[in-house]
Amino acid sequence: MSILPNILFAIILFLGIGYFARNVKKLIRNIKLGQDIDRSDNSSARWKNMAMIALGQSKMVKRPIAGFLHILVYLGFVIINIEVLEIIIDGLFGTHRVFSFLGGFYDVLIGSFEVLAFLVLVAVIVFWIRRNVMKIQRFWKPEMEGFPKSDANYILYFEMVLMTLFLVMNAADYHLQFVPGGFSHYHQAGSFPISQFIAPVFNGMDNALVAMIEKGAWWLHIVGILIFLNYLYFSKHLHILLAFPNTYFANLNPLGQFNNLESVTNEVKLMMDPNADPFAAPANPDAVPAKFGASDVQDLNWVQLLNAYTCTECGRCTSSCPANQTGKKLSPRKIIMDTRDRLEEVGKNIDANGGKFVDDGKSLLNDYITTEELWACTTCNACVEECPVNISPLSIIMDMRRYLVMEQSAAPTELNNMMSNIENNGAPWPYNQMDRLNWVNE
Amino acid sequence: MSESLIVPTMAEMMAEGKQPEILFWVGSAGSFDDRAKKITRAFVKILNKANVNFAVLGTEESCTGDVAKRAGNEFLFQMQALMNIELLNSYEVKKIVTCDPHSFNCLKNEYPNLGGNYEVLHHTQFIKQLLSEGRISFNKETYKGSRITFHDPCYLGRANNEYDAPREILQTTNAAVVEMKRSKSSALCCGAGGAQMFKEPEKGDMDINVLRTQDALETNPNIIVTGCPYCNTMMTDGVKFSHKEEEIKVLDIAEIIANAQE
Repeated sequence: MSILPNILFAIILFLGIGYFARNVKKLIRNIKLGQDIDRSDNSSARWKNMAMIALGQSKMVKRPIAGFLHILVYLGFVIINIEVLEIIIDGLFGTHRVFSFLGGFYDVLIGSFEVLAFLVLVAVIVFWIRRNVMKIQRFWKPEMEGFPKSDANYILYFEMVLMTLFLVMNAADYHLQFVPGGFSHYHQAGSFPISQFIAPVFNGMDNALVAMIEKGAWWLHIVGILIFLNYLYFSKHLHILLAFPNTYFANLNPLGQFNNLESVTNEVKLMMDPNADPFAAPANPDAVPAKFGASDVQDLNWVQLLNAYTCTECGRCTSSCPANQTGKKLSPRKIIMDTRDRLEEVGKNIDANGGKFVDDGKSLLNDYITTEELWACTTCNACVEECPVNISPLSIIMDMRRYLVMEQSAAPTELNNMMSNIENNGAPWPYNQMDRLNWVNE
Repeated sequence: MSESLIVPTMAEMMAEGKQPEILFWVGSAGSFDDRAKKITRAFVKILNKANVNFAVLGTEESCTGDVAKRAGNEFLFQMQALMNIELLNSYEVKKIVTCDPHSFNCLKNEYPNLGGNYEVLHHTQFIKQLLSEGRISFNKETYKGSRITFHDPCYLGRANNEYDAPREILQTTNAAVVEMKRSKSSALCCGAGGAQMFKEPEKGDMDINVLRTQDALETNPNIIVTGCPYCNTMMTDGVKFSHKEEEIKVLDIAEIIANAQE
């Protein structure tokens, strides 16, 4: 009978990890709906980016308060995974504090977990206050209403509860370790710099009850972690995993360098070639003509789609966007959130239709992102510079502008005038090319 | 500004069998916009004084296509680019200098993939070189006691990581150079980039150039300096909006140096 909890634990663990793996597969499939783009070059620079930006959090600290608090939570998360490893072994094999044979080193481990858990708790409470009490502007933009707002708070509550459970579990353990004559399997191990202050709560309580509290906290802690793991897929918290590939595959070129569309180069060269035969049959009559620019998520490349899943909705991009700061509708964060929402919608459509996308009459353009937003962008790269995980909202804006102009001829009238001036006079203004040197004698 | 300038064209040079050291890419704004033409003249004044062996394309020059590309018209951009590249390559151009960060970015970063490979410098980078080589000198008393603040053009700064060249030039003037609260990589756009120069802004609470000019005014400057013809227009309009045009000048770095040259 005593093996029953271990079997139960194994089942819960299997289900928790299994469901997560299923969603990861879906995630990868959705990202692969994007167009191909080669990001296999320059791997040393890419590893360096990942080490500095994702692992080293170098861009986070540009805003020092949020950056420092984030590093605490991040360190707590990374280090506490060692504790999770012990929990899993204990759970599967019915041991108790299996790593305690490490002696003094174990004391240091548990001691540092406790300090970090406490610091995480403090950081998370400050985060909650910043979002809900101080109402920092970037957390109160229109795109943050509804789920994005509660998502952020759920994550904070989750972390508060998980850290509290961890400390309560340790406190109960600590209390039982010092029961005169010993109690059950609780032996002296670990050091408890934080939970020793919680332990006095258990004074005078029945030892069996304290043991139940310890076990209860243990179970809730690990089940909570599994639930949290599975919540990731549905949440902005997915960044804790995707920040790594996202910084690895990020653009390495100068920010001002926008890609040259190859499909356009071929057509332009043909147009400019005086020897080209306009009536010649196309080389491959079955080839699907390339679509210029993007109107839906499948037209974007897979790095842009990975960007969408990686976004933490922190809003640093939006708060640095000149258009947003002057009250225009454009919010780079919303561009990324819309892309993810639409991609999820397309993914569900594929799931519902046996693996094939069936046209739903909707698209990223117009149904999610309006042309007003797209035309408000100054292409200044402030959003790209600001993003702590190297997301480029600008590249999506540009691809959608390309669709508007080249597929739909739907540029604002003034821009059409400007473009026909370039075509006719080689300048955006209606002046004669022969007057280009007039400045010399003025 | 009736001082006569020496401005050879590539065609003239070629006819004489000469090859200039650099091509000065004037750009459409520098050729046609009344305010930007003054920047062009100021830069040529510097080139002439420093005896730089340069030429312009003159009437053969055409728009780089940058603004078409930012507007999303890749066709028009590539047509312009391929035409320009054909011309530049036929003159065997190796090195280009321009006063416009947008042309600079486009020629430097976007032309190579279409077959146009040149060493491209922004004029602030080139002026910095001339200064350090001792090829130009100017009266250091001219700006003594002035307060100067520099507005980073997005396409020079964030887009190409050049923050130092303009600042190093300004440091040599003896003026107090004060930074705005948002500068370098966190600088705010002037509002003209991405083809915004050619259209009305979308609806909002205020115009971007007004907000950016406020940043500049908070430093109490006598002169707002920039290195881009579009930024110049936007900041000039912003200063007028605040009715400060009597006290505060908006100048390009080329003008800062040219105005103080003896």
